[in-house]
Amino acid sequence: MSQYFFQQLVNGLSLGSLYALVAIGFSMIYGIVRLINFAHGDLVMIGAFSTLAMITLGVPWPLILVFVLAIGAMAGMVIESVAFRPIRGAPQVTGFIATLAVSIVIQNSALMLLTGQQRNFVFPAFMRQRISLGGVNAALTDLVIIGLTLVLITCLFFIVYRTRLGTAMRATAENLMAARLMGVAVNRTILAAFAIGSALAAVAGLFWGGKFGQIDPLLGFVPGLKAFVACVIGGVGSIGGAMLGGYILGLAEVLFVGLLPQELSGYRDAFVFLLLIVILLVKPSGLFVRHVEDRA
Amino acid sequence: MSKIALEEEGVPVRGFAAAAFTVVLMALLVWLAQASLSDYVVALLAILFLNASLAVSLNFTNGFTGLFSLGHPAFMTIGAYVSAILTYPVARKSTMLSGLPELLAATELPLLPSILIAGVVGALVALVVGFPVLRLRGHYLAVATLGLIVIVQGLATNWDGITRGGSGLSGIPRLANVWWAFGFMVVVIAAAWRIKFSSLGRAMMATRENELAAECTGIDTVRIRMLAFVLGAFFAAIAGALLVHLISVVTPKTYSVLLAFNLVVMVVIGGAGSITGAVIAASAITVLSEALRPIEEAVGLYGLSQVIVALALILVLYFRPQGLFGSGEPAFLRRFFGGNRSGYTA
Repeated sequence: MSQYFFQQLVNGLSLGSLYALVAIGFSMIYGIVRLINFAHGDLVMIGAFSTLAMITLGVPWPLILVFVLAIGAMAGMVIESVAFRPIRGAPQVTGFIATLAVSIVIQNSALMLLTGQQRNFVFPAFMRQRISLGGVNAALTDLVIIGLTLVLITCLFFIVYRTRLGTAMRATAENLMAARLMGVAVNRTILAAFAIGSALAAVAGLFWGGKFGQIDPLLGFVPGLKAFVACVIGGVGSIGGAMLGGYILGLAEVLFVGLLPQELSGYRDAFVFLLLIVILLVKPSGLFVRHVEDRA
Repeated sequence: MSKIALEEEGVPVRGFAAAAFTVVLMALLVWLAQASLSDYVVALLAILFLNASLAVSLNFTNGFTGLFSLGHPAFMTIGAYVSAILTYPVARKSTMLSGLPELLAATELPLLPSILIAGVVGALVALVVGFPVLRLRGHYLAVATLGLIVIVQGLATNWDGITRGGSGLSGIPRLANVWWAFGFMVVVIAAAWRIKFSSLGRAMMATRENELAAECTGIDTVRIRMLAFVLGAFFAAIAGALLVHLISVVTPKTYSVLLAFNLVVMVVIGGAGSITGAVIAASAITVLSEALRPIEEAVGLYGLSQVIVALALILVLYFRPQGLFGSGEPAFLRRFFGGNRSGYTA
């Protein structure tokens, strides 16, 4: 395997990991409350900035990871109970507008608190070295992102498919009213889904900062949109689909930039949305889901 | 059109006299404002008129027809670049815009034909884009049109020879003024009002309320939705063009997703489908965010006004999800300008 190809592959997989982490939460929330949550991307920003704050305070790295998960979960729960619970049951578009508004509130509050300037975000030198694997080498940061993402996703699958909470979540996603009648504490289950999804997005923020080296209060917008695209690729509402969609999107983006001529690489984001529109039209249920509601 | 035909359409002829009277009265006020108030206030007034036009034109899709589109900034960007290129001085075109085809490089049009061409180009793009995109429903349409903004911005950033790329096109002739904005607003409101209280408007609202029922009464809902989308895009492109002829510069980021959000806020707060509501909400939000700017600068909290606008929206969604005027127009305006109760849903 040539170094160039390997480098592209690692790059695509680590970018895909970021998208997958954000997309999974997005998809969980959609699956349970049928809400396209535009504020989800801003949790990436919250995760990135809380990491930066903890680096400055000198918190050790393993603890930072735990704290970021906790902060993300808290933020998700606050957003759900303050902003989204009161309008649950409203028409879909109302919910969508509300999430846009929440996103704008978070972004602009962050702008007021932190100013709009870019901040440097540095992983420790140990993380930034390159390690070689049988003739090819890759940045440790990328490998760690790929590895940790797999661990987190495994934990998530365990929670969703092997615990009482996960069963409650799947029941609520299937039919909220029926789940409530069967004695599922629906409000608590929804809160838990927001907590888990948001925690994953916040960790994605930590990785985002480490991978790109700079963060600013508006950085959540792009991952939020891309996560939506990833969800649509995989089939909105399905966790496995969102994960695969994230990886596919990450790899597709890297390949697009890597393989096509230089002057086209500026069209990367445009290409992503073209892909979105095409998939919505050709296979609106996503690549990996059979049953769907009416969306096109 | 004869008097009888108009009354069958539900618009009493008296409405025209009333409308003409109002326009003259408002024109007098604008003239007074221009004569007595500072340039800053007059410029703000022009922006206010354009925002009101944009909110009303967004009502064609998001209000009357119930298509949740966020695509307005995309069409505004298209209109802005088209009109800017058409009016740009020929002498400077070869240095600033090297990639233009011969024909465009040699033309320099006055404002009116330029903005009309801009509107037509916007409408054509909407027609092409609408074919696939309008098949989507609810928030899928919203995200697809959001994607349209990103695609158009990507094109504007990368198509250097035509758009000057990310740094934007500056030195656009300042051909527009408060009168252009005012005239445009009058046209948009008049068009929206006439359409709303016509069979076309009723077909749009029927499509919004129940697509199946609408089709059963013989309404071609696919055509109606396309028409609403194209009309909205036409006016959006012209508004985008007029605005850059006021501020004399356009960049790919001039019209962003944030603008789409603010326009949606205006429509939702005013009441989706209400022309009066859109005009009032657009005026209120424009004045409010401008009034808050000195406070932002004094305390150094940039973004405060945007937070307040977003919070206002959330409160409206909680306590009055139908907006100020629901989907209708206030009774005294209907009596004055003509119109009926259509738009009200029981």
